[in-house]
Amino acid sequence: MKVVITSSNKTLADPIDMHFGRAKFFILADTETGKAVVHDNAQNLHAAQGAGIQSAETVAKLGAEVVITGSVGPKAYKALQAAGIKIALLEAVCPGTEALRRFKDKELPVLDKPNSEGHWV
Amino acid sequence: MKAFPAIAIASGKGGTGKTTVAIHLAALLAAQGRAVQYLDCDVEEPNGHLFLKPKMERSESVGIPVPVVDAAQCTSCGKCAEVCEFNAIAMLKKPLVFPELCHGCGACALVCPVGAIRETSRAIGVVETGRTGTIGFAQGRLNVGEPMAPPLIRAVKARRNPDAIALFDSPPGTSCPVVATVRDADLVVLVTEPTPFGLHDLALAVDTFRPMGKPMGVVVNRADDDRRVQDYCQAENLPVLAELPDDRRVAETYARGELVFDRLPEWRDRFDALWSRIEECL
Amino acid sequence: MKELVVISGKGGTGKTSLTASLAGLAPNAVLADCDVDAADLHLILAPDIRRREDFRSGHRASIRAADCIGCGRCAALCRYNAIAPAAHPSDGARVFTVEAGACEGCGVCVWNCPVNAIDFEEQVCGAWFVSDTRHGPMAHARLAPGAENSGKLVSLVREQAREIAKRENRDLVLVDGPPGTGCPVIAALTGAHGVLVVTEPTVSGAHDLLRVLALAGHLKIPAAVCINKWDIQPEQADRIEAAARAAGATPVGRVRYDKAATAAQRRGLTIIEADANSLADDIRTVWKQWMDFAKEAP
Ligand code: SF4
Ligand code: SF4
Ligand code: SF4
Ligand code: SF4
Repeated sequence: MKVVITSSNKTLADPIDMHFGRAKFFILADTETGKAVVHDNAQNLHAAQGAGIQSAETVAKLGAEVVITGSVGPKAYKALQAAGIKIALLEAVCPGTEALRRFKDKELPVLDKPNSEGHWV
Repeated sequence: MKAFPAIAIASGKGGTGKTTVAIHLAALLAAQGRAVQYLDCDVEEPNGHLFLKPKMERSESVGIPVPVVDAAQCTSCGKCAEVCEFNAIAMLKKPLVFPELCHGCGACALVCPVGAIRETSRAIGVVETGRTGTIGFAQGRLNVGEPMAPPLIRAVKARRNPDAIALFDSPPGTSCPVVATVRDADLVVLVTEPTPFGLHDLALAVDTFRPMGKPMGVVVNRADDDRRVQDYCQAENLPVLAELPDDRRVAETYARGELVFDRLPEWRDRFDALWSRIEECL
Repeated sequence: MKELVVISGKGGTGKTSLTASLAGLAPNAVLADCDVDAADLHLILAPDIRRREDFRSGHRASIRAADCIGCGRCAALCRYNAIAPAAHPSDGARVFTVEAGACEGCGVCVWNCPVNAIDFEEQVCGAWFVSDTRHGPMAHARLAPGAENSGKLVSLVREQAREIAKRENRDLVLVDGPPGTGCPVIAALTGAHGVLVVTEPTVSGAHDLLRVLALAGHLKIPAAVCINKWDIQPEQADRIEAAARAAGATPVGRVRYDKAATAAQRRGLTIIEADANSLADDIRTVWKQWMDFAKEAP
């Protein structure tokens, strides 16, 4: 399965970024092969508006089925839903590898509604 | 001078007495038997009604056109999302519209190759019109939390009576809603205070309106012996239209939502003089 | 780390003077001037600028007169009436121009001009700064005149302030917010831990306060209220506090009307620094009560 982890830096060893919409990097990881590719989200980060929506679009284009992150605003949530992408929720910052392990061990709850106030953040 | 000019009352920052000046000018002109209309373009915080207490006659909802995609016709080509400058359409399996981000520009409907996009209206606020005695009144009220002020401001100004002097009460600041207000004014009256903040924000406002080619004049409210604003005006070649003294009784009258001249007749003369200066500038 | 915002429904309530004073009372804060339309905090805090960056946002159309064939398609399609006919500067032929300040940057004209005569450059809409002040580090910005999207710039300034706080281990970000209830205010409040609304005891103050409290409520941000110049209209001050309570906010003190506030501003000092005794005490009380309230709020 292909999952995206929102990350504060370029590798899975780095701590995750808790905010989906304005995450600095997306790391696309394949849970079967363990292969990971990094995608720089800087362009969306500086979008005039709708950063969360753009991020959702990016993640959809990367072909992810699940996003592992800390918070998702209402617009990004709506967009991820429309793309059929599930959201696995982390309650605190941890390295990407740890997030991935916990996801595989089914320790992470699935988010069923937006959990941050959107608009510009 | 036009028979019925439009005058925008603006200020670089809020709280300088912009609304006070606008409503008193309206009251003064009405008392002189002239046709005048007050249009509150400060749609985020319309306050003029608290003082003019108009009898409202109409309230109309104002919306902006937003796209609706017909999923059956849509071929998922993604062109609409590509063309939208405001990121209001996300291309997922099908295009997904975020109406709250849409500026209503119509680009997506124009670009759709199969005509799958039609437009509906999304309400952003209301325009209310009425009168206080002989003063025509119009104001916009933006829905709380709504980011799109300029279309509502344009709607307020569309209610302008061509046969009356128009007073546009502008929002504070220098950003897009202010520009939308000032755009078709014949003169901008900038209300400021003799403080460092007042002077700084006045200079920002002047930098905003000058490239638009707008004639401007300055009212120094709560004037005292600090002359830095007047010195700035002289250096910038801006007429000082009035210096209104700092008078705690004015603050108190304002606080109660009353007109200053009703209690303090000497203030009528001050506004009379201000209006004469405005006429000279026109 | 907590992020606390000071706003006022309408401008000119003394919000910035108050924020500057609170900055002096906060021992370990990062400051963020998010009143980017009319940024004034720097006039008191005299920042030493360490970093300056352009703020870019959106595009603006401009028609090259040399290439325009005067068909008028752009003007017919522009929904913002930003395009009008004009005479070509050299031969007087009919061309079209974009009016300064009227273009929304939607691109409709650009994509639909038959001869590609319209440029669509990204706009520099201002600049943002990271600075040091005598009361701690500060993130601030300047929006170019007439620019839009100050909401985005507000978010950017907040983001910078948060980053400084993280880096320097500071536990508070104190934000001087913009006036109104529109997009800049929403950008200043979204995700903050608390808000202090500064108001005046006037009918318009009361009116604007309720609009702002509705917004804070909508965003689920614990709101405190402080009445500035309360003694201009004591009964109105009582009514406003009652209305604020009814709207779910907590009054955290009153500040008196005193010309010492303007005098301090003219000297480039905070009210606390200018040593205006009773006025400074009012502000200390507001600070203490707001902090107590913010500590208890979720
Ligand atoms: S009308 Fe304009 S702003 Fe609205 S969705 Fe279409 S392209 Fe975007
Ligand atoms: S442009 Fe038209 S056909 Fe293409 S994705 Fe958008 S709505 Fe569908
Ligand atoms: S569409 Fe192009 S050619 Fe036609 S008037 Fe506009 S700029 Fe000129
Ligand atoms: S970009 Fe849009 S708003 Fe600007 S001039 Fe062209 S059509 Fe009008």
